[in-house]
Amino acid sequence: MTSTSKTTPVLRAKSRPADRIFSGSTLAAGVLILTALAAVAVFLIAQSIPALVANPEELPTSPSSFWEYVAPLAFGTVWAAALALLMALPVSLGIALFISHYAPRRIAQVLGYIVDLLAAVPSVVFGLWGIKVLAPFVQPFYAWLVDNFGWIPLFTPPVSGTGRTILTVAIVLAVMVLPIITAVCREVFLQTPRLHEEAALALGATRWEMIHTAVLPFGMPGIISAAMLGLGRALGETMVVAMVLSPAMVIHFVLTGSANPPTIAGNIALNFPEAHGVGVNALIATGLILFIITLIVNSAARVVINRRKAFSGANG
Amino acid sequence: MTTASSLTNSFTTARLPKWVPWALLAGSWGVIATLFGLVQAASDSQEFNIVGVVFLGTILFDVLLVTISSLVEGARKARDRFVTSLVSTAFVIALLPLISLTYTVIADGWKRFDIAFFTQSMRNIIGAGTEQFPGGALHAIVGTLEITGVATLISVPVGLLSAIYLVEYGRGRLARAITFFVDVMTGIPSIVAGLFAFAFFALIFDNPGIRFGFGGAVALTLLMIPTVVRSSEEMLKLVPNELREASYALGVPKWLTIVKVVIPTSIAGITTGITLAIARVIGETAPLLVIAGFTTSMNYNLFEGRMMALPLFVYTQYSIPGTDVQPYLDRAWAGALTLILIVMALNLIARLIAKIFAPKSGR
Amino acid sequence: MTPFRPVLFAAIAATGALLLSSCATNEISQPGDSSQELSGELNGSGATSQASASDAWIAAFQLANKSVTINYSPEGSGAGRKAFMSGGVSYAGSDSALSDEELAGEFAACVPGTKAIDLPVYISPIALIFNIDGVSKLNLDAATIAKIFKGEITTWDDPAIVALNPGTELPSATITAVHRSDDSGTTKNFADYLNKVAPEVWTAKPADAFPYTGGEAAQGTTGVIDAVTSGKNTIGYADASKAGSLSTAAVKVGDKFVEYSAAAAAAVVEGSPLVQGREASDIAIALDRNTTDPAHYPLVLVSYLIVCQEYADPAAGALVKAYAGYVASPAGQIEAAKSAGAAPLSAELSARVAAAIATIK
Repeated sequence: MTSTSKTTPVLRAKSRPADRIFSGSTLAAGVLILTALAAVAVFLIAQSIPALVANPEELPTSPSSFWEYVAPLAFGTVWAAALALLMALPVSLGIALFISHYAPRRIAQVLGYIVDLLAAVPSVVFGLWGIKVLAPFVQPFYAWLVDNFGWIPLFTPPVSGTGRTILTVAIVLAVMVLPIITAVCREVFLQTPRLHEEAALALGATRWEMIHTAVLPFGMPGIISAAMLGLGRALGETMVVAMVLSPAMVIHFVLTGSANPPTIAGNIALNFPEAHGVGVNALIATGLILFIITLIVNSAARVVINRRKAFSGANG
Repeated sequence: MTTASSLTNSFTTARLPKWVPWALLAGSWGVIATLFGLVQAASDSQEFNIVGVVFLGTILFDVLLVTISSLVEGARKARDRFVTSLVSTAFVIALLPLISLTYTVIADGWKRFDIAFFTQSMRNIIGAGTEQFPGGALHAIVGTLEITGVATLISVPVGLLSAIYLVEYGRGRLARAITFFVDVMTGIPSIVAGLFAFAFFALIFDNPGIRFGFGGAVALTLLMIPTVVRSSEEMLKLVPNELREASYALGVPKWLTIVKVVIPTSIAGITTGITLAIARVIGETAPLLVIAGFTTSMNYNLFEGRMMALPLFVYTQYSIPGTDVQPYLDRAWAGALTLILIVMALNLIARLIAKIFAPKSGR
Repeated sequence: MTPFRPVLFAAIAATGALLLSSCATNEISQPGDSSQELSGELNGSGATSQASASDAWIAAFQLANKSVTINYSPEGSGAGRKAFMSGGVSYAGSDSALSDEELAGEFAACVPGTKAIDLPVYISPIALIFNIDGVSKLNLDAATIAKIFKGEITTWDDPAIVALNPGTELPSATITAVHRSDDSGTTKNFADYLNKVAPEVWTAKPADAFPYTGGEAAQGTTGVIDAVTSGKNTIGYADASKAGSLSTAAVKVGDKFVEYSAAAAAAVVEGSPLVQGREASDIAIALDRNTTDPAHYPLVLVSYLIVCQEYADPAAGALVKAYAGYVASPAGQIEAAKSAGAAPLSAELSARVAAAIATIK
């Protein structure tokens, strides 16, 4: 992953003390992070084991096995986050491109700030907004969807009476991750080498063709990273889900009903205060499952990014 | 208007006058608004659906513009126009929730956004309080600033240095292990960080009831670091190698190259990432309840005694009100407004820093 | 931008300094009389149900004893009991009394070998709140309530509901029944009532979690009330004190329909027997849900203070004793009724709790 060793294989620069101190401190920081995060992981695993080996009867909702307890939670987590990303990614790409390549420069700065402002809104506030404003607002639309498109499995009746469904949660989550994805994508797009863009334009490309041939390929690893950052936030978001969602231990794809699959983080927030005995361990064990989900998602992203490493400046 | 010839050449075909898109947009909105008006007159619904008009009108506009453009200007230009309208539409869509959210928070938060709110705590305040002491969030504001400030002080240097390690130095197992754990930790449920910090400090100080602000800062650090590392890493990677090589060629040592060339080039992106990370943790509730505790009184000492945080204040004011709900709700919204303003201020500062240190670019 | 920069930094620095150096104006202590002996900090943790009452008690107690600070974290009953048993806090607030297993364990804050005791201090009727267009009065019995929340009755004009409400015009709309999505003592008491009075319908064992998957779920009392208020044709259960302007249903007791009231809620607690086989000073109440006395409202929640019989730290013992004494006193109960909408303890129960508190060391 280094540049110097590759570009100057024979000529080794003489090692200065300042260089060694600096690289040593970066190494120390890396090791510190590794230790801290590994300690959290060990803590999590140690706390989860009692739930994994316990008699399932003692777990909350007395399932027949731990996996039966986790399944709806894992499903809901992935489903809600995927919906959110599905809504947020195209929109954020659009906004990022708008700011970086479409809007006049002066306006672009202001717009960038406005989007960053959205990132500044804490999740409790999103929760309040979701429950007080968004849910009552979208409920009539859901009723209309269910009345007219009830035959589509996504909108199977009956409709939720309050609008606090998984789709509403996904909308709030999408609004939450939007600024994250946008901010990172914007920075990435702005780093596109000027020469690439001008070369494309000089060949007579329209603006879209220039973006398509120069900006997007360059920014692809960054876009994926941004999407993963957003997805990570959506997967782990607690307060919004706890406050807005109307959960039940079910697995289905219905977007507009009262019984929605719960999410892991939301479930922990809801039930942790009253949990006791092995119930606490069960909740932490679901946290472990969330870890694994995040890990899979991130590893997949890493694979994609590494395949396209050629575009990255530091590795070129 | 001329029709497009079969051979389209973007340099020779006709171009739509500049006013056409705007006229089309206004026209589409007008048509849809009229349609909605007619439907409304036919049925007995009372409310005029302005969101629906803007939404459907914009779609109609997109369709019309692309059709006309492909007829007049040719397929390539039409696709360009299509993407332009999509991108602009995306922006409008994103603005809608933002406007709604901002409006709600300001309208509801304004009622208690007064001096008392910033000079009083909730100690001995019952319900709406008294005329002189209506209760405020000073204790929570101080707590949030201190806890988040310390978390930032720890996680930014550590996170940034690790990102530098990963991009500029790291190789082999250690780098992979760090990347692995950073990836995993982006999905850490926030309460787990709180529980970990609690278990850790309870063990160290042998105090099963330990609650202090610094512990909260540690919990937030655990949540912040993955975001900081991940975004900084991405931004550092984007610095063109030519810049590094040019610097080396001038005989500049590696560490100075990183400090003076690589970081300034990517400083805008890095500060954006840090602001995002702060915004993520400053709104955390659950981990702070577990380790920093809950109190209605002032506490400036990070290392002793319970410390309140603003999101926790907002959440408890909303979720456990007294008999008279309104003053609690007003305080909750005022707290939410304050929280947003704090993060906005941080955002401004970050941009200022980026502006001071960033090199002048052509853009 | 350059000329503004120093100004901006100065402004930020000034604001910061102001924030960090100033003291909350409501905390500037008035010169108190020197005869006060109580001082120090007391930490408790537990149920959210009694949190707003707790705020009022703490405020009143701190006003009377200016050098005392009490912190009560509304973390939930389970977390509160756990923290108390591990010695993390000096007292716990809990919606259920200590279980036999918990009593068999050790209490780190107490003198080794001594046990903790339960003191009922907060009684709140649980109201059935509903929001149906054009309906302001509703009578229900336990079996019907159970069927509504289980999802077996799905429309408001179901014959079972119509039979209980002669003369009321009920719409044929779908019922949206809202329950708590978080584990809570309110759910446990609600389920316990249905399970005791209509055991053939509500077969699930009462627990903190809502046992069935039907209906809508919302977080916390406020969440349920928000959902019922903003939805249409909704019904839910919540602490009566927070019901606000929502209509509440009357519950069938004996052959009469009883609206919730503070007096009726206190009466049913008063008339219920104690849990047997506990220490003399332990007042755990086995609520009599099957009461047929129309002066009783059996759908109530009792929240306890859990304290040590004998504290390892005498200073904490003295503080807890004084604080619990105030909470259980008529003055404390009236304060809770005023600011949290609780039902005050009846005089006799109040005296019994006071006697138990007197034995705390």
